[in-house]
Amino acid sequence: MSGEKLSLKDLARKRDLLAPGHRLCAGCGAAIVARLVMKATRGPTIVACATGCLEVATTIFPYTAWRVPWIHSAFENVASTASGIEAGLKALKRAGKLKYDHVDVIAFGGDGATYDIGFQAISGAFERGHDILYVLYDNEAYMNTGIQRSGGTPKYASTTTSPAGKVIPGKLELKKPISHIMVAHRIPYVATASPAYPLDLMRKVRRGLEVEGPAFIHILAPCPRGWRFDPRYTIEMARLAVQTCVFPLWEAENGKYKLTGVSRSIARNPKMKKPVEEYLKRQGRFRHLFTPENRHLVDEIQKIVDEEWNWLLKMCQLS
Amino acid sequence: MGMRGKVLGLTGDEAVAYAIKQVEPDVVAAYPITPQTIIVERISEYVANGEIKTEYIAVESEHSAMSACIGAAAVGARAFTATASAGLAFMWETLYIAASCRLPIVMAIVNRALSAPINIHCDHSDSMGARDSGWIQIYCENSQEAYDAAIQAWKIAEHPDVLLPVMFCLDGFVLSHTLENVHTLPDEDVKEFIGERKFVKVRSHEGREVPFVLDPENPITIGPLDLYDFYFEHKRQQVEAMKNAKKVIVDVGREYGKISGREYGLLEPYKLESAEVAIVGLGSTMGTAKVVVDKLREKGRKVGLLKIRAFRPFPYEEVIKELEHVEVIGVLDRSLSFGAQGGPLFLEIRSAFYDFERRPLISNYVYGLGGRDMPPDLIMQIFDDLEKIKEKGRVDVLLKFIGLRE
Amino acid sequence: MTERLPGWRDIPIGGVAFKPSEEYKTGDWRVFRPVLNKEKCNRCYLCHFYCPEGAIKVLDTGDIEIDYDYCKGCLICVNECPRGALESVQE
Repeated sequence: MSGEKLSLKDLARKRDLLAPGHRLCAGCGAAIVARLVMKATRGPTIVACATGCLEVATTIFPYTAWRVPWIHSAFENVASTASGIEAGLKALKRAGKLKYDHVDVIAFGGDGATYDIGFQAISGAFERGHDILYVLYDNEAYMNTGIQRSGGTPKYASTTTSPAGKVIPGKLELKKPISHIMVAHRIPYVATASPAYPLDLMRKVRRGLEVEGPAFIHILAPCPRGWRFDPRYTIEMARLAVQTCVFPLWEAENGKYKLTGVSRSIARNPKMKKPVEEYLKRQGRFRHLFTPENRHLVDEIQKIVDEEWNWLLKMCQLS
Repeated sequence: MGMRGKVLGLTGDEAVAYAIKQVEPDVVAAYPITPQTIIVERISEYVANGEIKTEYIAVESEHSAMSACIGAAAVGARAFTATASAGLAFMWETLYIAASCRLPIVMAIVNRALSAPINIHCDHSDSMGARDSGWIQIYCENSQEAYDAAIQAWKIAEHPDVLLPVMFCLDGFVLSHTLENVHTLPDEDVKEFIGERKFVKVRSHEGREVPFVLDPENPITIGPLDLYDFYFEHKRQQVEAMKNAKKVIVDVGREYGKISGREYGLLEPYKLESAEVAIVGLGSTMGTAKVVVDKLREKGRKVGLLKIRAFRPFPYEEVIKELEHVEVIGVLDRSLSFGAQGGPLFLEIRSAFYDFERRPLISNYVYGLGGRDMPPDLIMQIFDDLEKIKEKGRVDVLLKFIGLRE
Repeated sequence: MTERLPGWRDIPIGGVAFKPSEEYKTGDWRVFRPVLNKEKCNRCYLCHFYCPEGAIKVLDTGDIEIDYDYCKGCLICVNECPRGALESVQE
């Protein structure tokens, strides 16, 4: 089943399912991501949330910002909680006890919950084939606890547990290629998205809900506090990440990779690709790279980004 | 009356699986672990053969087993799981969440020692460690009791005054893998006894009284961030639910007696009339102990036994009522609380008598760790010891290890 | 805190939240306020989609309205408006 055509004009009039009054930081990327994801829902929906910024700041008791049924259980188990929700709904439907024809199940996890502590639960849920949409809002560190490094933190970013010191220039390890790992699970739909491109993001969410079986959408969620930039630039960061190919936009339906949006345009017209420096220099977490002795690290990052981009082009058979 | 069911030769695990088949929960999410495996294997077979419509989730860990049960129960499904030892330990975090979210999940614990060193045999360190998690705990003496508990548990858990998850415990291998005759109920009797799951109403953030379940028409938020303003109040609610559970366990046990001929309560006294010394314990050892009591009674010795069935909520008043005339009490613990004065059951029993005007002498016997055998002669020795204490009028050594080599 | 909080008997069980977040106004976090120049707005609605709060509403008329009860003053809308129809003013 292919869904209705989504347009910004129509979606702008759709009531937000994440209400205002939540207490995420001013300019929070995760808040934009969650709003956009919920805008793209198509009917009865239940949301499960992993522990993290989104969870704590939207449900400070006795308040809640969620206009859909919502559950938070723990940090590492949102995929298994969602598995239980999906299985429960399936069983209730079979027994004739469900009043809906179908209920969509969305799981939200941050990078900590997804790359690290909850990785096993996601892998299990995807192997079992539960019909859930898992949304990774990736702010690239444990922001909720104060900017500690995660498996999703990019190389050389300074965090409170991978600080740029006199000897060590921030995180030494690469960002885990989480979405490709999810493609390797042979699930029907995997995509990346950026809040700078809302229509692309919402179309992917809708597609993720439409496919039968697990879907995974990896959405970059710039964090003004953790990345050290002025809150007004959240969308700019999300856009630069795509324009520099640090965070390309693609989707893989049944394992078949395809670039989307601006990334597709860059593939066709490589001149559009901006140098990573334009992205890095705007963020305090990379400030230490812009000294004469660390300059080569920027070059190294550029090399890594180029290699990964070329690999992706190959996967999309565009090179 | 009500004895229309079949008598089947079942191991403890099979008895549990058979009861669960009759209950036919919507979701079973489980991860195999010795000695629980037979339960999940049988249930998988029932599902594979189309005997039940249950959704079986073969999760990748016990942590996910309980998490999936939480999700399923929150959406209104009946959810069951079973585990043992390390599996229960791995579930730890989610045990508290299930109870605090007031989700009536049912779980069979096939008691097994905790690592390290790794050991697959019975003791109660796994479930005793979970005694403060907010779950109702029922301990079974034999496969029949396990079968019966697997049915009653749902009615206790889902009672509107309770809404707490229930774990019922059976001893690993001693019960789980040992064949016994089990009186079963006809399927329809089980279904009728359990009935449909009902939902209490809660006030939602939209200002309406709505069913306490995740339902898109009536959205609620479960599991928010709860700080110093309300967390304490939520815990107090759980205290109340646990208090209420005492009456509900008794009511359900009585009701169950009407359809099965087997009535249950919070505890089971055995030959306590005129007993001067008695042992208190739980689990399969109580079956052996009853035989020992019979033998000693034949010899004219005034001994008795009190079997604790419900450890959470703990039946303080009922314990005193049963034991008030007993002069010396020996408490049998099959687990340790390192650094404490004695095992978990001992601490409860001793505390129960603190406010009682006549305090009996109470001694603790820790036995059977890691599956160490507890034959009748060792229980006999305990009774000998209790009688010695009675003669001396004091307890010299509070905590003794039974069946341990010095 | 002057408000008397309800006791344990008077709140829903299971930690079910009983107030909508809209009752918690986040507008006083703001240092700068975005102000809309209606003349310049071409109703692309990007500001609506980029707002982390959902504080920029699209009315039935198609016009944009900023809800200052919730706007935290992040100024993403000011930064992103392709027509420069929003500007920031110190509170």
